Amino acid sequence: MLSENLQTKGAGSFMQNLQKVLRENIREYGMFIALFVIMLIFAFTTGGVFLSSRNLSNLLNQTGYIAVLAIGMTLVIVIRHIDLSVGFLAGFMGAVAAIALVQWGLPTLVVVPMVLALGLLAGLITAFPVAQLGIPSFVASLAGWLIYRGLLQLATERTGTIIIPNASFNAIGNGFIPDIPGLDGVAPGIHKLTLLIGVVAVVLFIVNELNARRQKLAYGFDVLPNDIFALKLAFISLLVGGITWVLAGYNGLSWTVVIVLVVLGIYHFITTQTVLGRHVYAVGGNPEAAELSGISVKRIVYMVFGSMGMLSALSGILFASRLQSATTTAGTLFELDAIAAAYVGGVSAAGGVGRVTGSIIGALVMTSLTSGMNLMGVGIAYQYIVRGAVLAAAVIFDVSTRRAAR
Amino acid sequence: MSTPTPILEMKGITKEFPGVKALNNVSFRVNRGEIHCLVGENGAGKSTLMKVLSGVYPYGTYSGDILINGEVQKFRGIRDSEHVGIAIIYQELALVPELSVYENIFLGNEIRNGPVMNWNETIKRASDVLGRVRLDVNPGARIKDLGVGKQQLVEIAKALSREVKLLILDEPTAALNEDDSANLLDLLRGLRTQGVTCIMISHKLKEVIAIADRVTVLRDGQTICTLDAHQGEVAEAVLIKHMVGREIDNIYPPRAERQLGEVVLDVRDWSAYSPALGRQVLRDVNLNVRKGEIVGVAGLMGSGRTELAMSIFGNPLHYQVKGELVLKGQRRTFRSPEDAIKAGVAYVTEDRKGNGLILIQDIKQNITLANLREIARRSVIDANAEIKVAEGYKTSLNIKTPSVEQRVSNLSGGNQQKVCLGKWLFVKPDLLILDEPTRGIDVGAKYEIYTLMNQLVQQGMSILMISSELPEVLGMSDRVYVVSAGRVTGELPIAEATPEKVMQLATS
Repeated sequence: MLSENLQTKGAGSFMQNLQKVLRENIREYGMFIALFVIMLIFAFTTGGVFLSSRNLSNLLNQTGYIAVLAIGMTLVIVIRHIDLSVGFLAGFMGAVAAIALVQWGLPTLVVVPMVLALGLLAGLITAFPVAQLGIPSFVASLAGWLIYRGLLQLATERTGTIIIPNASFNAIGNGFIPDIPGLDGVAPGIHKLTLLIGVVAVVLFIVNELNARRQKLAYGFDVLPNDIFALKLAFISLLVGGITWVLAGYNGLSWTVVIVLVVLGIYHFITTQTVLGRHVYAVGGNPEAAELSGISVKRIVYMVFGSMGMLSALSGILFASRLQSATTTAGTLFELDAIAAAYVGGVSAAGGVGRVTGSIIGALVMTSLTSGMNLMGVGIAYQYIVRGAVLAAAVIFDVSTRRAAR
Repeated sequence: MSTPTPILEMKGITKEFPGVKALNNVSFRVNRGEIHCLVGENGAGKSTLMKVLSGVYPYGTYSGDILINGEVQKFRGIRDSEHVGIAIIYQELALVPELSVYENIFLGNEIRNGPVMNWNETIKRASDVLGRVRLDVNPGARIKDLGVGKQQLVEIAKALSREVKLLILDEPTAALNEDDSANLLDLLRGLRTQGVTCIMISHKLKEVIAIADRVTVLRDGQTICTLDAHQGEVAEAVLIKHMVGREIDNIYPPRAERQLGEVVLDVRDWSAYSPALGRQVLRDVNLNVRKGEIVGVAGLMGSGRTELAMSIFGNPLHYQVKGELVLKGQRRTFRSPEDAIKAGVAYVTEDRKGNGLILIQDIKQNITLANLREIARRSVIDANAEIKVAEGYKTSLNIKTPSVEQRVSNLSGGNQQKVCLGKWLFVKPDLLILDEPTRGIDVGAKYEIYTLMNQLVQQGMSILMISSELPEVLGMSDRVYVVSAGRVTGELPIAEATPEKVMQLATS
């Protein structure tokens, strides 16, 4: 009945609209759908355990330290570079944080900004040979990979694993946001603040989408058909609502998730709304044209690698905090997980294409696979093979849909 | 004598690109053993036709038939066309600079015993074909150490090594000096006696007249006529008439009397050395542009025209520059294009796909790229203002597109060029440098661009126009500088600039 109504307005039937929109935006929505399908499959094969509050909460926390790396890596790949040093840099920065907390006795509030600043500096150092001398970033960051690996071992050589007893620091990777005080009596077992945040987020999202749609219509631009637009709103609201509901049933939002969301929000804003973001994608799309348009390619290289270094430090902090210790092997292979997440999320190796939101979805896909297969008791060897196959499939899908779009 | 089967016959070839019909029912016939020239304006469809012939655009992407020796061919790629003896040599040479001459000649056609290269035989045969093209170089020399003229001969040697039956040359003499050009034409005559059929695309009508057995003229994607030199049908005036299809005066829009203002750009004793190329690219150039003036820069490829523009526009290629640059009465040193743009200079580059546009982005993003500040508040881009700006240029420049959110890679050459122009007009420059502003675009779009240029100078902008199309330089400029080998060899007021004079200065 609904579809008949719309047809008389000349908007095509609901299913036709849906097919058309999906076909035209298959790349954009593909990853969401893939994530959704993977979660459904695991919910089924694990008898619902996968979607339990506890597992989902753990899964998001595990994704955190890869997710922040994937965000930074997205921009690095967009400007046609790569950074292999981020894994051991994260490990080393975690060790520095541990030493500062344990041996120097500095408070968390001093250690975190200090380590982030050090990470930024490390990123700028990687950028120097790349920007100034034109050394391929693969080589420059491979040197960093070796150096930071050595530094990590040096830092942990005397003591081995450094245990961090600092509660406030460990809360970053393990703690949850507090609930609204004085409401203990209402709906016990439900995290009210998390729920509230979820509701506010959904409302903001809907208001924002409606505003954008109104503006586009005012300019006479194409928008999604009404029914598909409603479906999109409903789908995303349900997803966000569902996740917050599940999380609220456990301990609520963790600090890790809050941090990742804040970083994601900042990077999404910068990449889509600001002059700097536009410059980054211009440099990735065509560096010569960007330079001739008055954009300093060098400056962009420094900024992107600097941000990557800072996010590596953040990743190191999240990981050390989660383990409540700094280990000699912390950060091993993080760089490849981050690169895989970015590619699964639709970043193009040719440069100039890729979204930070996509890379987050990519990171979630990869961690979901690990978590789900662990619950199913799949052997680690098979897990690698499956993840490799998913990576290959995602990239093949991405390239072929891009070719079709041309 | 009955007509023998032609070596090549192309029948009813039609090839479309999004928005443009590049070839429209083209017929083309080449007889065995002749030198057949293909002429036409830029954008007439010559290169497209040759790409269809050589399989770059495979069977199925065009309509019509290709017959070789009377047999229909369905090329799926270049390999297929090579297989029947077609070889094509492009303007941009397809040699590997770091490899030796003999390695290049047999690249993709290696002489080997099983998986192992037979280098001795390779070198011997390379020497043989080098002899056939009368090129006296060591086969072991590296390509990058040879001049352009010699590289061209290596390309021809490469084609000969593959038993070529039909050799296609796309503007072979465009980058050559007179001696090298004469040498090349001589060689083609020699190959003709050895039974090689040759198709040559050329803009240099004097060469065409000197060498062609027959000439086919293309215009706006259609075959206009085929003329036989041996019947005395080929003459410069005839060719030009067929190529442009109208009186030549009409190509350039009429313009109002110019009121020239003060000197906007003054470049004095300007020299540049390129560390990357390892040579001096500009020597003691003196040049000025007045307010409201179109100044033409004529010169052959490689004469230093683009280097001049690059060195003025913030020197992004890092030449070592000496000399003085005065812009609007102030002495300036631009350390980057960013500086130059801020000072009011804009540069529409010669290679719009290579360094002009970001092909994977849409029209609006390309138009606003060089002046994002204008549509941003505290570094945040106002998406609606951006669309408005882009829509404005879409209308005023007549960019043919359904939406400003269209990717520029989907646009035709003319529309891409208009996007480039829009981008640089949005910078609101005092001095606009145009490098080959109408290369590879159709006649209609050309006329629109010329009209726009006249409007811009009327509004007080200054234009420095670099062009290798002589008629364009003479038709649009108020004054002409001629460059050759990095020097300004002459400055001519438009009244004194004749094609002969300019060509003479350009080759001096």
